[in-house]
Amino acid sequence: MKSAGDRNAGLSIIEREELGTLIDVLGARGYQVIGPVVSDGAIVYDRIASLADLPEGLTDEQDGGRYRLKQRDDRALFGYVVGPHSWKKYLHPPRIRLFRAECAENGLRIIDEEQPQEKFAFIGARSCELHAIAIQDRVLLDGVYPDAVYRARRENLFVVAVNCGTAGGTCFCTSMNTGPKATTGYDLALTEIPDPDNHRFLVEPGTALGAEILGALSSREATPDDETIAEQSIARAVEQMENNTRRMDATGIRELLLDNLEHARWDDVAQRCLTCANCTMVCPTCFCTTVEDTTDLTGDHAERWRRWDSCFTQDFSYIHGGSVRVSPMSRYRQWMTHKLATWIDQFGVSGCVGCGRCITWCPVGIDITEEIRAIRGQINGCKA
Amino acid sequence: MAKRRPKLAVWKFASCDGCQLSLLDCEDELLAVAEHLDIAYFPEASSRMVKGPYDLSLVEGSITTPHDAERIRRVRRESRRLVTIGACATSGGIQALRNFADHREFINIVYARPEYISTLEQSTAISDHVDVDFELRGCPIDKHQLIEVVSAYLNNRKPNTPAHSVCIECKLRANVCVMVAKGTPCLGPVTHAGCGAICPTYLRGCYGCFGPQETANTQSLSAQWIKMGASEKETVEAYRGFNAWAEAFRSETVKVGNGEGGDGE
Ligand code: SF4
Ligand code: SF4
Ligand code: SF4
Ligand code: SF4
Repeated sequence: MKSAGDRNAGLSIIEREELGTLIDVLGARGYQVIGPVVSDGAIVYDRIASLADLPEGLTDEQDGGRYRLKQRDDRALFGYVVGPHSWKKYLHPPRIRLFRAECAENGLRIIDEEQPQEKFAFIGARSCELHAIAIQDRVLLDGVYPDAVYRARRENLFVVAVNCGTAGGTCFCTSMNTGPKATTGYDLALTEIPDPDNHRFLVEPGTALGAEILGALSSREATPDDETIAEQSIARAVEQMENNTRRMDATGIRELLLDNLEHARWDDVAQRCLTCANCTMVCPTCFCTTVEDTTDLTGDHAERWRRWDSCFTQDFSYIHGGSVRVSPMSRYRQWMTHKLATWIDQFGVSGCVGCGRCITWCPVGIDITEEIRAIRGQINGCKA
Repeated sequence: MAKRRPKLAVWKFASCDGCQLSLLDCEDELLAVAEHLDIAYFPEASSRMVKGPYDLSLVEGSITTPHDAERIRRVRRESRRLVTIGACATSGGIQALRNFADHREFINIVYARPEYISTLEQSTAISDHVDVDFELRGCPIDKHQLIEVVSAYLNNRKPNTPAHSVCIECKLRANVCVMVAKGTPCLGPVTHAGCGAICPTYLRGCYGCFGPQETANTQSLSAQWIKMGASEKETVEAYRGFNAWAEAFRSETVKVGNGEGGDGE
């Protein structure tokens, strides 16, 4: 057994109710505190004001095209995985006005949009989601033209991560090396121990600011026992995923896809795909947007809006003369080859973190891991 | 400005007037419309009727009679730009349900003196008869989209009326999908955007008021509905709504129902 003070120095325990204090402390420091809440039969991300807002004793059953909330037999506050929302709705808003323009005496006057001075604190971000944020950082901040909208929201972000103690039905983060334990990108990381007699959280600070905030809470040093229990819960999530058929063998995946651009499976999946774009909307790494220019009736006022777009629309690849990706087949292929292959060429990492959202929230349950297995020739019945 | 205001005409064919009402419902914007367009012909709103030609014609309703089939040609000749508004004008409307059966039977059942009725076998879209410059979807149309189309016309730009699925609008609103989270059949994935995903926002499945999206895979959606427990009859009836005669919806109801789906009783 490890003794406290070795490699795990800095691990603390807070009681369940103390999490409420954490929400208060962050609020008092000017953060908009965002966390999981129940809405319309799913766990989504929204403003939270107290512990009472968190989903208590709930879990989520997930499968291709199916999501249901279920009661757990404890009072766990994080006993589920990820829902239809991702944190990108805050950092990379779905719709935003970029600027306004007016006819002025001597031409056009551009009125820039002021970036709000919002400070977000995310409570309950999962490891796959931290990896997704890191990927969007690369896409939206690391290039020659950093995205001002994203930067303004990302800069002052405070992240409280939660290590997963249960894997969801569509999770495959172990395949993508993105979880279930948070290893980077957080200020504080929690592991929930929902013991009815002693409901508590193991807390690990990841930054100096995290340690400072932890200092404002009443906590005690973690015992080796606490640590063992926490590790066991994470190990359980790993085991659940390893026993799941829904895994993705990512070895040589870039070459696999790029060498199989004419595989019969693309036509097979196109028969099922609705080109509805839900997968790209829920994916925490998809970043594509389009701009819409509007005028009012007078023509004296114009606005430019930016909104999420998707490679599943025809407009997405519209150039002079028409759309490049007319067939649904080419659009599905674009999505999957971008996520898993050309993303690597573009940004040096995979565009998939294994969160499973695109599987659960696809209305017909198309499963990216199954499509990979089919292209690897591991599924029978695929038309050759 | 001394610029001549373009002349606007609003025409009605077989329809319920709901789309024209959307225009009257624009209230604040309506004054601005009147300021920038000369409302030359709009019998629903004004008895003032200025002769053509017109710069912009908004056409509501479908073609159901020999007389209207002739009248729409006249409207086309008198209009520089012709924009159809609503499901009737764009796909034949709810009255196109008669296209799936024998219209003479309906006439005999409904009218005491069937011999007075002069009607076509089918209710069809305006574009089946004349060239159309732009089609605005919806049953009824969305008034913001209508103002968008008129603003775009006045300012010589392309209107923002995307042809993708309702699902995108649904997700932009951060709705929880009713199909996935509740098992409620929803037409959103095959339906053209424009309404802002009103029904899923109120936890109902989409009814398909805006007709098929640009690449509607109705076949796959039907299979999923049936997997979720919907009957074949329910599936067929869902497509046989305001846009039943739009190709992607029509072909699916004929196939799924084997031609008998909607009239089982
Ligand atoms: S591709 Fe699917 S599983 Fe991968 S990160 Fe996106 S939504 Fe999650
Ligand atoms: S998968 Fe499609 S929507 Fe997502 S980032 Fe790539 S091109 Fe954009
Ligand atoms: S894969 Fe699924 S969610 Fe994505 S566009 Fe196709 S049907 Fe929609
Ligand atoms: S509720 Fe309907 S419109 Fe909304 S995402 Fe689901 S299937 Fe699409």
